[in-house]
Amino acid sequence: MKKRIQFTVNGHAVAVKAESHQMLLEVLRDTLHLTGTKYGCGEGECGACTVLVDGASVDSCLYPAFEIEGRKVTTIEGLMGARNQLHTLQKSFVENGGIQCGYCTPGMIMSAKALLDETPHPGADEIRRGISGNLCRCTGYVQIIESIAKAAEKEQGNE
Amino acid sequence: MSEFHYIGKTHPRPDGPDKATGRALYIHDLVRPGMLHGKIKFSEYAHARIKHIDTSRAEKLPGVRAVITGYNTPQIRIGFIKDNFALKKDKVRQFRDEVAAVAAVDAETAAEAVELIEVEYEELPCVFSVEEALRPDATLIHELDPKERPRKDNIVPVPWKFTAGDVDKARDASAVVVEDYYDTPLILQSCMGTAGCIAEFDLMNNLIIHTKTQIPFLAQNDFNAALADMGLQGRRTRVIVPAVGGSFGTGLDTHAYEYIAILLAYTTGKPVKIVFDRHEEFTALSPRQSTRAHIIQGCDSEGRLTFRQMRMVLDNGAYTSWGATTPSVMMLPVSSLYRVPNIHFETTIVYTNNTYCQAMRGYGNPQAAWAIESNLDQLAQKAGIDPYQFRMTNANVADETTPMGLKITTCGFKDCLESVARELDWGEKRGKGRNRGRGVGMASLFHVGGAARVYRSDGTGVIMKLDDFGHVSITSGAVEMGQGFTSVLTAATAEALGVSPDMVTVIIGDTAICPWDVGTHASRGAFTACNAAILAADKARQKVFELAAEHFIARVSAAMKKRARKEPGFEGPDLDSIGTLSVSDFDLRHNFVFLKDRPDDPLLRVPLEELLREAHYREQGTIIVTEAFYDPCHEMLDPKTCRGNISAAYVFGVQGAEVEVDEETGKVTVLKFAAAHDVGKVLNPQTLKGQLYGAIVQGLGYALCEEYKTDRGRSLNPNFLDYKILAAPDVDFPIHIECIETDDPKGPFGAKGVGEPGLVPTAPAIANAVFDAVGVRIKSLPITPEKVLAALRKRKSGGSNVG
Repeated sequence: MKKRIQFTVNGHAVAVKAESHQMLLEVLRDTLHLTGTKYGCGEGECGACTVLVDGASVDSCLYPAFEIEGRKVTTIEGLMGARNQLHTLQKSFVENGGIQCGYCTPGMIMSAKALLDETPHPGADEIRRGISGNLCRCTGYVQIIESIAKAAEKEQGNE
Repeated sequence: MSEFHYIGKTHPRPDGPDKATGRALYIHDLVRPGMLHGKIKFSEYAHARIKHIDTSRAEKLPGVRAVITGYNTPQIRIGFIKDNFALKKDKVRQFRDEVAAVAAVDAETAAEAVELIEVEYEELPCVFSVEEALRPDATLIHELDPKERPRKDNIVPVPWKFTAGDVDKARDASAVVVEDYYDTPLILQSCMGTAGCIAEFDLMNNLIIHTKTQIPFLAQNDFNAALADMGLQGRRTRVIVPAVGGSFGTGLDTHAYEYIAILLAYTTGKPVKIVFDRHEEFTALSPRQSTRAHIIQGCDSEGRLTFRQMRMVLDNGAYTSWGATTPSVMMLPVSSLYRVPNIHFETTIVYTNNTYCQAMRGYGNPQAAWAIESNLDQLAQKAGIDPYQFRMTNANVADETTPMGLKITTCGFKDCLESVARELDWGEKRGKGRNRGRGVGMASLFHVGGAARVYRSDGTGVIMKLDDFGHVSITSGAVEMGQGFTSVLTAATAEALGVSPDMVTVIIGDTAICPWDVGTHASRGAFTACNAAILAADKARQKVFELAAEHFIARVSAAMKKRARKEPGFEGPDLDSIGTLSVSDFDLRHNFVFLKDRPDDPLLRVPLEELLREAHYREQGTIIVTEAFYDPCHEMLDPKTCRGNISAAYVFGVQGAEVEVDEETGKVTVLKFAAAHDVGKVLNPQTLKGQLYGAIVQGLGYALCEEYKTDRGRSLNPNFLDYKILAAPDVDFPIHIECIETDDPKGPFGAKGVGEPGLVPTAPAIANAVFDAVGVRIKSLPITPEKVLAALRKRKSGGSNVG
């Protein structure tokens, strides 16, 4: 069954046609060409496809497209400010070695965003829990955790 | 160059912003006009004859553009010894064998069409273990060899054997001897970005393939051969490598799916994309081999190693990849880790109906180190010597030549041992935590650090191009797969040339543009390409200084006149007194050309970009483009004796851990991890540490939980829920890293390779710590709670220290 769904992506209202079996990940990547969100496993095990729906982090590979009607979706592309200004988290990942192959990075940053929105000053264990659903094969997580901690410090400085 | 300006300092990686914002394009993100989607039909049996393939229903499905099998396409032989085919005909030998493939207008239709292909099989007897496969009456996996001659057994015809001294004699003379068996499981590289490619042909039937590979130029060679098999002799291949979502050895071979995409693209005349889903990545990509090592080592009464004997058996699976050459790397630690005068090493690689294997980061070294370093602790224990002291006694030193003919230049081995012992508080903790289930353990590594002559060439080319804004493009044939190659090449170029890193752009990933490189493997990327960059920069500097000899005084004079107009009374230095300048009078640093003997005079310098514009904007002008091909000074192994100095430098490292073992559950908890690596010279501390942290955590996965399980050849855990790689909450202990700088004379700025070593000694370090904690020795990876519990129970019931 095909249905027209309306929702907001990165602040822009969109209307797309989607099939009942489609997941949000497909709509984002294939219909809206927002390829920053990655396919990693399709089973909610790796977190590469993490986006925010109404501010909460979700695995877009398991989120039915029909369920997105009327909601606000934020993807990695929506984190950048005007004139390609990197978000504090994005900048921190770049500066602190939080990125290697980069495939898990968008999902990792979106999970970190959800974490910092909820817990602005997380401890190391809270950060580990916050990204526990995001697998990374390159970094061993150490510099990712540092990147998130330093972004939180920076945000604190800006408050 | 005594003092570095950019080398040794942290520079954020140049590909960071694109990756942090989702702009980096991986194979999954690429779309070509008119592109079709390919899907592969895999075998439903581990060993069977193909009786008939019915593709008629698939062909009739709307949206399907082609259905291909081994029967309606040219036969393309693939693999290290060409014992595999892109599409299988007559027989399947493993579950993942490719029997047919479809190209359709979308991925959904392609998947549906594959389901409509019906294959009739006749089952054959299977062999799933090397023991079964080696029996004289075992079913032959391959009845014919690649030259179509009859085969008699299931042994892969790639034998490795190395002997030095007299092991039997040394054994008789040894004061202490220990012998044991050590096993390793299949594990999967588990790249976050799955494998894939897009193949397409131009109107002249030249192939363009975007693909995830570590060997663009060797792949080009393989694909050109495939084109010839397809009747397209003389047509050429262009390999384009998009952003790579992790590789870890998966890109060292060309794969059946790539040839299938090529066949589909040629059949349909359209670009065809094949990207694996996660299930396919688990079931149809080659894991690291499982091995069984039989090891015997001995020492004299002082604890000096007298001999080492290792027989390694590898389960090859059904076909042969470059992974069959991993014993050449196993041989490195077997022959050369510690000073051991008598060595015997041999391997048997065995065909089975299991999934066929390929190399993974470390290239056989993790399997060898697992046996050597676990067994070394057994030997030290039997000799009554502290394992740290035992290692110190036997550690290699600089300027020695090992029995294999490896010439060790620099060696920070003892510093690494000391660092880890210090960090773990070895003297206080070793042997003292057993009442609390706590223990410390360590293990060492030896690996190539100055590239490796695996092929006849170990070369890499770079092209350095300076534009008229002083920007520098350096083009390299190597691959960035996350390791930070572009970051170190940027710093090396900036340092060697004398420009700031922000002026440097690294161009990679296109065989039509980039100069030849043998491949990104053997921890060689930074070592070779940075050395090439130094050579190319020397040439470019020479050309810049030729321009300076001609234009420097005129440019300085013009600048002073300009300033004098603005600032009345300004008086510059007397240029006439400088006299005639020659090439050797100049230096270039921080984007300025200046006089070597007057480096601090701010008036006597010219921006590089001004000189470059002088070169371009005049009659009979010139451009500055230089190239260099760096091929390290080392040699191939002698195929008969397996001797030869295969690398220009070697690395050492030591890792150790403090663990706690829960005797109720068998669970091993890492409390602290310490690593010390001889890296030659730190090029970029941030990316270097990133390599080590990442490798250590991969190594901990190998040690504690990763196992690709199969039942009669079929994968049992093809997903991240059942195949566990470590997640962030699992890494909740401090990891201390110390980089020992030994300043290797062959290394670029003194650096040696570091990509692989970080995961080599991790597993035995954990096993040795577990032994210290609870007195049981686990001899098969991973060290699961079940194995630890079983070993603890066995010990309690009076058994020996057997796990």
